[in-house]
Amino acid sequence: MKSEDRELVAQLCAARAGIRVDVEKVYLLESRLGPVARREGFGSIDDLLQALRARREDRLAWTIVEAMAHAETSFFRDREPFTLFRDEVLPTLAKRRDGQPVRLWSAACASGQEVYSLAMIIEDERARLPGLKVELFGSDLSERQLEKAQSGLYTQFEVQRGLPIRHLVRYFEQADEMWGISPRLRQMVRWRRINLVADLSTAGRFDVIFCRYVLSALIEPMRMRLLENLARALSPEGYLFLGSNETAGSLGEAFQPLEGRPGIYARNPDFRVAA
Amino acid sequence: MKTCLVVDDSRVIRKVARRVLEDIGFYIAEASDGLEALAWCRTEMPDAVLLDWNMPVMTGLEFLKQLREEPGGDAPRVVFCTVENDVERIREALASGADEYIMKPFDGDILVAKFAEVGLV
Repeated sequence: MKSEDRELVAQLCAARAGIRVDVEKVYLLESRLGPVARREGFGSIDDLLQALRARREDRLAWTIVEAMAHAETSFFRDREPFTLFRDEVLPTLAKRRDGQPVRLWSAACASGQEVYSLAMIIEDERARLPGLKVELFGSDLSERQLEKAQSGLYTQFEVQRGLPIRHLVRYFEQADEMWGISPRLRQMVRWRRINLVADLSTAGRFDVIFCRYVLSALIEPMRMRLLENLARALSPEGYLFLGSNETAGSLGEAFQPLEGRPGIYARNPDFRVAA
Repeated sequence: MKTCLVVDDSRVIRKVARRVLEDIGFYIAEASDGLEALAWCRTEMPDAVLLDWNMPVMTGLEFLKQLREEPGGDAPRVVFCTVENDVERIREALASGADEYIMKPFDGDILVAKFAEVGLV
């Protein structure tokens, strides 16, 4: 790829979704955009980007941004946050909501492993939390990722990443060479395409937001925007889960870090975000 | 140092598993069928067993059932590692005392993660 083409893609990703693209990582750019060029019927990445310049077509631009935003994930990623969610956050919220639904959002859910991990925990804990009602949402920037997430179908490799075997047996069904999440769990989740750095005022309010490894993938000016959006979408008594290496940094006053729990924040009830 | 008995009739698989598990600090012993593995366990119980299913002389499942009857045989964490990927076979393995289950083909990440899952790492 020519350097001006790499710059073009980086600018596009930054402008539309705040995503940081390293123009030096030629291999990464080519491995993401090669499949896009093929799907869209172009002979090469050069042709794809030439068409983008010529046509300025919105759909084509988003296809490129979504391919660059594509993130790998796994079931129960990092494990610790899910243990904390199960043992502390969920029981606390169940008690507080007292029969009203607890609203959970997996923001940037990629191929869905995170939101289904939460669904499995909820099913596991039902006996211990009678009367628990939950509304579970998954969102991603990428339509293709959302489609995969919604299908609930995973390869044998994917179901062996982070997923305990008893969960596989309990919550999945074999479908030829793939493993499909059980319809009951799939039906627990509602899906939506959301750009986390756009206007989120209609996204709703949530008691728990998992937004992991997004902050660190953004360009600096967009990080603040994301955190403001999350603060607005989080209920006053809610919890925010970031990636293990991510901090709320300069928007620290909106969130109170849970002591000894890197990446996990409670909403500061005294903090008001501008409407 | 924790010990892991790697039971598989394929020398290649034993070698691959040995390399991964030695890297995370296990002392490795090898057996090429269930009977050999049982003899090893009767001499000294390992902390972990990585266990193939289909082997000559004695299968992994037969070994596992016998192991759990042995004095001290409930102690080792047993992780199946087999091409058997039918959910009924997996259920049978768990009901017979397996702690975790790996479907071949696998890689080093899966092996380490499954060992972590049962508290071995």
